[in-house]
Amino acid sequence: MATVKTQFKAAAVNPLKMSQPLGAAYAFMGMHRCMPVMHGSQGCTSFGLVLLVRHFREAIPLQTTAMNEATTVMGGFDNIEKAILNIRERAKPDLIAICSTGLTETKGDDVDGYLQLVRQRHPEVADTALVYVSTPDYVGAFQDGWAKAVSAFIKALVSPVAERTPGQINILPGCHLTPADIEELREIVLSFGLTPLFLPDLSRSLDGHMSDAFSPTTMGGTTLAEVREMGASVASIAIGEQMRPCAELLRERAGIPYTLFDRLTGLEANDRLLAHLSALSGVSVPQKWRRQRSQLQDAMLDAHFFFSGKRVALGAEPDLLWALASMLSEMGCEIASAVTTTHSPLLERMPSAEVLIGDLEDLEKSAAGCDLLVTHSHGRQAAERLHISHYRAGLPMFDRLGAGHKLMVGYRGTREVIFEVGNMFLADLHHHHGTPQSWPLPEATLKAVADAGVKGNPSATAAATLSLQ
Amino acid sequence: MGAPLNEKLQDVFSEPGCDKNQGKSDKERKKGCTKQLSPGAAAGGCAFDGAKIALQPIVDVAHLVHGPIACEGNSWDNRHALSSGATTYRTGFTTDISELDVIYGGEKRLYKAIKEIIDKYDPPAVFVYQTCVTALIGDDIEVVCKAAAKKFGKPVIPVNSPGFAGVKNLGNKLGGEALLDYVIGTAEPEYTTPYDINIIGEYNLSGELWQVKPLLDAMGVRVLACISGDARYQEVAYSHRAKAAMMVCSKAMINISRKMEERYGIPFFEGSFYGIGDVSDSLREIARLLVQQGAPDDIIARTEALIAAEEARAWARLEPYKARLKGKRVLLITGGVKSWSVVAALQEVGIEIVGTSVKKSTKEDKEKIKEIMGDEAHMIDDMPPREMYKMLKEARADIMLSGGRSQFVALKAKMPWLDINQERHHAFAGYEGMVKLVQELDKTLYNPVWDQVRLPAPWDVAAA
Ligand code: SF4
Repeated sequence: MATVKTQFKAAAVNPLKMSQPLGAAYAFMGMHRCMPVMHGSQGCTSFGLVLLVRHFREAIPLQTTAMNEATTVMGGFDNIEKAILNIRERAKPDLIAICSTGLTETKGDDVDGYLQLVRQRHPEVADTALVYVSTPDYVGAFQDGWAKAVSAFIKALVSPVAERTPGQINILPGCHLTPADIEELREIVLSFGLTPLFLPDLSRSLDGHMSDAFSPTTMGGTTLAEVREMGASVASIAIGEQMRPCAELLRERAGIPYTLFDRLTGLEANDRLLAHLSALSGVSVPQKWRRQRSQLQDAMLDAHFFFSGKRVALGAEPDLLWALASMLSEMGCEIASAVTTTHSPLLERMPSAEVLIGDLEDLEKSAAGCDLLVTHSHGRQAAERLHISHYRAGLPMFDRLGAGHKLMVGYRGTREVIFEVGNMFLADLHHHHGTPQSWPLPEATLKAVADAGVKGNPSATAAATLSLQ
Repeated sequence: MGAPLNEKLQDVFSEPGCDKNQGKSDKERKKGCTKQLSPGAAAGGCAFDGAKIALQPIVDVAHLVHGPIACEGNSWDNRHALSSGATTYRTGFTTDISELDVIYGGEKRLYKAIKEIIDKYDPPAVFVYQTCVTALIGDDIEVVCKAAAKKFGKPVIPVNSPGFAGVKNLGNKLGGEALLDYVIGTAEPEYTTPYDINIIGEYNLSGELWQVKPLLDAMGVRVLACISGDARYQEVAYSHRAKAAMMVCSKAMINISRKMEERYGIPFFEGSFYGIGDVSDSLREIARLLVQQGAPDDIIARTEALIAAEEARAWARLEPYKARLKGKRVLLITGGVKSWSVVAALQEVGIEIVGTSVKKSTKEDKEKIKEIMGDEAHMIDDMPPREMYKMLKEARADIMLSGGRSQFVALKAKMPWLDINQERHHAFAGYEGMVKLVQELDKTLYNPVWDQVRLPAPWDVAAA
């Protein structure tokens, strides 16, 4: 149980947090043939694009309504209209997904109204789906924007279906899951004979693959038809507390029951998932996962020596923080410091004394004396100053390869994280090797020996005097 | 955006040093060089981004971004401007304003933020950047900075360049205006020499300034201030005592160069540190200007000796590559400003330029490219990524040189790519840099990986 505190500072120093619209745009990336758009000035889009490019090392489609001061004051209808027409003509996407920014929210643009008007004025746009989500920059954080975008897709595209499709289940992954995580989940779900529909699905768009054509829109990801199909599923699985509102929305709109897994990193967390899938499908847990479970147990046993008693400082968005803090503390680490970006019901349950909604300056301060820093790539300066290892977790991860392929879910993903972190602890061991000077006797002992030695063996006296010098 | 910024914009737009503006009517000019961007078909950073690029390389000051988390949270520590000392500039400071600030105004928070930073980090100055939301709600950063400077006894510099004022290039200039208005001329150097110069528009990306400085040292030239690569606040403050200036990177900081000439009588020239010929020309021009300003003319002989020795050394080091690179075709996609200097540089080793983008180039840039390449057909005004991809896929070019954003166009076509923009990891300036550029080109072009990745899968071959 943790006390949750919010850091009240006027200046955030070394931000841990990123903005809501970027989280929403990231969710848009998991839609097929989609053009993600930020309704705002061009800089927001440019920064978001660069950040995602550096993380994934992939081309990122992201457009802007290119607002300036005058258009902001007058309202953004013209820009939204032009953007939609331009994008439709140039990129021919199936879907144009738009999120707002701080600028257009401050003005109070009624984008839903604008979209209706665009539809009226331009019947030709009927061939393009338009989805809008409100995500002011000055509220919430990245993971909030992601969840709001997923909710917006559900609202816009899912309606109740009379007949259920047997074996079809919805999976709503939080933004802390990588393309590799989603791929792993797909394999797990399929192995039970179930058909998963992921919303969104980054594993087909940002998994870093070669393709034969160059497209200005996203390629791969959830199709519009798949989202519409979701209303016919027999159950939903949400991963991460951030996805609860989305799962509830599906239940409200289409009567689909859901199960929420607050994490999928750790042994017991995955036991629950497999048991649930087995119950849903009536298929017993395949041999493959049983084997992997025992491999994970073995890995935990081999690794625990190096984890126990280690003090870890963690900075991440609530769901990722929860997944990692829980798993690390299950391995015997002490979560000495936990810093996060936004509110979540998980924060109070965190296995640390305190959770701070703050920045990397706060994390750096509280990480003094820790053995490991866990946070995204922006923690690199702090880790350098603290002279401790830095396990990169979360987005952005711009100074390491393979961000999209980092696997953290399932028995296998848990095992990989354990090995990676464990290897960091192992590599640090040599810093703690003993030297001839490592274990000196205290003054008092030496003095006691010296005092006692005066009358006795002269050579003992000499030795004691020597070591006193 | 308030009267002061509007005036500033008019001032920057009517910049006589910018030929783009001089060709326009009064009315056109008022609209400025930020032609209305096309919604849904625009790319590039905002004016805030531009101002930050221009000023952040001042390494010992705190750069505080006043706005919601987007502007700094999504972008900090994303460039490779290097420092030889202080690292304060790499710390991300932002007021991270909340909904309440949007409703009630963010000035109080900004003031407190400045205080916190001065208390905790004690930088020689704080630069405060305006952004869209805080500009829209009417936060007056000039007033807050003035009050804070007075109260805390430290320069607090307002940089009034909110994103929605225009594009990155405009932001470069507005950043420069902040230096002109509040920093330059506010301090005196300990001493001056007849060999003091300013380098304007050099950001020390990946340490490029350090590839050039040894050359200047050898000439006996002192860089009084670099604006703004690896700069300290103080040196910018006393940069008005330089005898001459070199402006690099085309027009990004033309306003600083021109106004310093006007105000302090510092003559400047526009030069480049990319390519052997250009480096030598620039060194000669520095020497010439200094002599013109009263320096003893023995510097000319020193410069020529330096050029002779270093050019010979560079050519000798390039010799082994010439045969390997001759006739290799390059597609060059850059942000315009550096196009012509890079074109010249590549031609020096016999590389053929099959196309260069001139989207953001000025008329003057285009003239220079024409002069160098002789054939206007190679200039590409606005090539959509799909076209670039096609061009590479059909092997009409052997390699693409561009900024990071478009690298995947080349890589997905399984074609070599070399980063030559802001985010690059290698330094390409001076004679050293030219050798490095050619080495990198060679390494990339001849990497055996291309043969591997281009292999078709056996089952695809069988099927065909
Ligand atoms: S466009 Fe405006 S809100 Fe967006 S990053 Fe630039 S300054 Fe910030």
